[in-house]
Amino acid sequence: MTNIPETGRTPRVQIRLIVIQILVLSLLGTLGGRLWYLQIREGDAYAKEASGNHVQQVVEPAVRGSILDARGVPIADNETRLVVSASRTDLLKMKDDGKAVLTKLAKVLGMKPAEVMQKVRLCDAETPQPCWNGSPYQPIPITDEATAKQALQIRERAEDFPGITAEPEAVRRYPSPGKANTAQVLGYLSPVTDEEITKAQDTDSPYLRSDQVGRSGLEREYDKELRGKAGVTRYEVDNLGRVIGQAEADEAQPGANLVTSIDSRVQRVAEYELNDAMKEARKQFDDNTGENYKADSGAVVVMEAKTGRIVAMASNPTYDPNAWVGGISAKDYKKLTGKDSNYPLLNRAIQGQSAPGSTFKVISTAAAVEAGYDFDGRYPCTSSYSVGGQVFKNFESENFGPINLGRALEVSCDTVFYGLAHREWQRDGGINPKKGEPKDYFFKAAHQFGLGKTTGIDLPNEVTGRVPDRQWKQAYWEANKDAWCKTGKKDGTYVEKISYENCLEGNKMRAGDEINYSIGQGDTMVTPIQMATIYAAISNGGTLYNPTVGKAVVSADGKSVDEIAPKSHGKLPISKTTLAKMDDALAGVATRGTAAWRFAQVGWPQEKIPMHAKTGTAEVYGKQTTSWFATYTKDYSIVMTISQGGTGSGASGPAVRNIYDALYGVSDDGTINKKNALLPTPQKGLPKVRTDGTIKSPKVAKDPAKQQRVSQEGAPKPEETTLAATVGQPTSGNRNTRRRRRRRGSRRMCT
Amino acid sequence: MTGNSFSVSGYGPERAGWTRLFARDSLARRLDWPILFAALALSGIGSLLVFSATRNRTEINQGDQYYFLIRHIMNTGIGFALMIGTVWLGHRALRTAVPILYGASVFLILMVLTPLGSTVNGAHSWIVLGGGFSLQPSEFVKITIILGMAMLLAARVDAGDKPYPDHRTVLQALGLAAVPMLIVMLMPDLGSVMVMVIIVLGVLLASGASNRWVFGLLGTGAIGAIAVWQLGILDDYQIARFAAFANPSLDPAGVGYNTNQARIAIGSGGLTGSGLFHGSQTTGQFVPEQQTDFVFTVAGEELGFVGAGLIIVLLGVVLWRACRIARETTELYGTIVAAGIVAWFAFQSFENIGMTLGIMPVTGLPLPFVSYGGTSMFAVWVAVGLLQSIKVQRPMSA
Repeated sequence: MTNIPETGRTPRVQIRLIVIQILVLSLLGTLGGRLWYLQIREGDAYAKEASGNHVQQVVEPAVRGSILDARGVPIADNETRLVVSASRTDLLKMKDDGKAVLTKLAKVLGMKPAEVMQKVRLCDAETPQPCWNGSPYQPIPITDEATAKQALQIRERAEDFPGITAEPEAVRRYPSPGKANTAQVLGYLSPVTDEEITKAQDTDSPYLRSDQVGRSGLEREYDKELRGKAGVTRYEVDNLGRVIGQAEADEAQPGANLVTSIDSRVQRVAEYELNDAMKEARKQFDDNTGENYKADSGAVVVMEAKTGRIVAMASNPTYDPNAWVGGISAKDYKKLTGKDSNYPLLNRAIQGQSAPGSTFKVISTAAAVEAGYDFDGRYPCTSSYSVGGQVFKNFESENFGPINLGRALEVSCDTVFYGLAHREWQRDGGINPKKGEPKDYFFKAAHQFGLGKTTGIDLPNEVTGRVPDRQWKQAYWEANKDAWCKTGKKDGTYVEKISYENCLEGNKMRAGDEINYSIGQGDTMVTPIQMATIYAAISNGGTLYNPTVGKAVVSADGKSVDEIAPKSHGKLPISKTTLAKMDDALAGVATRGTAAWRFAQVGWPQEKIPMHAKTGTAEVYGKQTTSWFATYTKDYSIVMTISQGGTGSGASGPAVRNIYDALYGVSDDGTINKKNALLPTPQKGLPKVRTDGTIKSPKVAKDPAKQQRVSQEGAPKPEETTLAATVGQPTSGNRNTRRRRRRRGSRRMCT
Repeated sequence: MTGNSFSVSGYGPERAGWTRLFARDSLARRLDWPILFAALALSGIGSLLVFSATRNRTEINQGDQYYFLIRHIMNTGIGFALMIGTVWLGHRALRTAVPILYGASVFLILMVLTPLGSTVNGAHSWIVLGGGFSLQPSEFVKITIILGMAMLLAARVDAGDKPYPDHRTVLQALGLAAVPMLIVMLMPDLGSVMVMVIIVLGVLLASGASNRWVFGLLGTGAIGAIAVWQLGILDDYQIARFAAFANPSLDPAGVGYNTNQARIAIGSGGLTGSGLFHGSQTTGQFVPEQQTDFVFTVAGEELGFVGAGLIIVLLGVVLWRACRIARETTELYGTIVAAGIVAWFAFQSFENIGMTLGIMPVTGLPLPFVSYGGTSMFAVWVAVGLLQSIKVQRPMSA
């Protein structure tokens, strides 16, 4: 008993009790610490998760803004269509994954069951189009062309069509006013993908599951403005999805309208004339290849010279932009992107590039003047130019004897430029340039003219073209020398010989390279939009404008008008006096030079509307020549090119002339009829916005191109013709037109 | 205190009664008020949380939004009465009745195994009495195990025969605890078994039994846990709960759902919470069993760190005072009973709150005083009564 203390407990118990007490308190401390961690340190993250938990969004998509031409005529707008959609989640719940329902649906819609099933399958690496690349949780549109009868059938027998809905929806429409389809400029839409949603999640314009996103053209470039903001109503819901809380609603904000500088009438004329010129070219025999010209593709740009605004931009082959609306069919998709499609989705005005041919000579002329050669000096225009045993022919003109640079432009004398380029090449040190920077006036000028980089047009995926300067040659050689050295043979075929030479000294600037370069042949690549920008700059006194298609963004209510001002990206490296002389020379091209047979000699009112032009015919190894035609007046610059189309003035000349006729109202006999002029001066200002936000638009003739031709000839035309511009619409030629073209002179004349 | 002034100026029979109540060494003066207040506060907070969790749940509250609130308050009242009764009887008086109480509680849990018992949330541990009332006898077993073991272990020591309980006594006590534990394990109510194991551990520690027993028990527990796991004694739902505890994102819509939603609810509360009745997780019923096992999530979301922390502090007060009572009482019997209660409350609170915070696996244990549930409420208040009784009663004259 003595060892038991008075409390009745031994020290062992006492110690253990204290241990228990400490243990208990540390347990509670652990809880407190964990509580602090969850609520204070990580509280924000959990709060966010909680709000995602119990908030359901109901999305009301915003109406996408329209795209209008310069006069307010819609070239892309919306229409209400009956859309039949299938819910994948519902279909997958069925035993056969909804096959029976889809087959029944196909019957009602008059489609093939396989076609319907293709539309609802999800896109992945192995699934070709058509497939659904939007969210699998969103109803997938099967057709947006359901008739009211079909929609009724589906809705009345809802029990037969579980997971299928038929609802009226606003869908994109490309109305093609006056048959101007403007396809590549407008672009197209397709559903937003999961990746895009995640990527844009934390930006200021997140995507919604239901969004359609602009994939190319203006639809893509101005997607953010056009898209608007979908209305989102947030409901607080419980764990079963029942609405319990009050709703918080953001109203849908319709997208803004985009007013462009496109004039749909001129656009139609440009498209029609381009297509017609290509058809014409295909009837012409090419002596070099022994077959007709292929004229596989072409582009034309009509630009306001003083602002860089695009009045018309056509690319051929083209397609019907409405093919994309409501999901594209397998057939259409193949037609647009397949190997044999010739890629109508490409906008060749900004994505097509080729050697510029003699249209490049304005740059060589400027370079020569920069290098110190007198514009008015005398330079021999011989019939050929020889360097080290290699003979460079004067392709486009005859022997004119000593002439000045202006005359060399007029008659497009190659040998004058050969001589200048060769001398500059020698001054820079020849094949092994001296230490220090070679002057490279000819290459520097090209860069200063904006070649080798994008013009900054407000259309996506513009290509840069290429200036084949020393840097490029070095890089290109490094990338290709292995292949060249492998295939090159000293005494092989032409290609093998070239490879052999390239392997040896492809990284060096050879005399022949610079000589070829001076007349726009060889490795130089330009886009039509670059050339239009350059010729517009020559017209406007030397300012290189960033071409723009968008002119103003007008909010849906019309209250805010955000004009897109012209921007410049540089000045031409030419003095005022040289520019004036060059301007004269280019006018000379149209009056007595290579383009005279398209203008002055066939009734162009040169005194009233001074025309300036430069022709170009680019050699492409293994292909037929590329036709280039660059022109300008004081208001417009028009550049047309046809790949494998023949000569500059030959293939493109008549079409460009016709576009000018339409713009200024010039008749075949040279009289100007103001009434027929579509746009004698560039469109100033914006179309009128009504108080309700809608935009006033004039009526557009059924086919301005046809109308123009009739008015130019001043005779009624009995025969109706159709256009070969759109894919899937085979067309017949227009005989009247051809006859008239012949009157303007033989194609076989000079070029 | 007013008691002093009464005792000085006290005259007249009525006042004499008050005087006696608050006089030095009077019952009221010797009661442990902090425990009483903390327990009442916890029950009060509990009633608000239960109300918040159930007022909109028409599918279980029979269209009466006060259904659970009223019953929770009623349970608290009954529990409070049971506490007074316990104090009145005194733990020493109860000591003599321990064999009867023990027998009764074992009988009740045996009843659960008969067709009278019913299954709730995978545990077959309830006796439904009808009228919305049901009994969970394993709650009472916790008390009778404490009392029974204390009686056996303290008998020889309190009589002054031995300083510590000998091996035979310890064996007897363990056997006494093992019988109901085995039955509860058959239900299976693993959570309760875990609590009982901890109780046994606490009781052995406080009894002064040899270290060998303590470590032996710990080792047996560990081996037993492994055996249970390996031999597939656990039901699928129990394994799933443990797996979800180890990795809550395993199946966020299935078994991991509870823990995930519970953590989201608590985490979103922040410092001060969304306000009582304004928790979106609670209103949206994203957390299951929110008025019972997951009641702490309501506190976490709606009262924030401040409110949820207060609950932990109040539990701390109860446990701290209970530890003091265990240390200060002169009899080993009282010490063992108090220590057993400490082990019970501490582990059950830690397990319950810990599972809502994601640091313990999910088991169906109520939070003492706070969770809705009659039997549990009665049991914890009886335990408070026992603590008070130990505190109040003077040492027996040696």
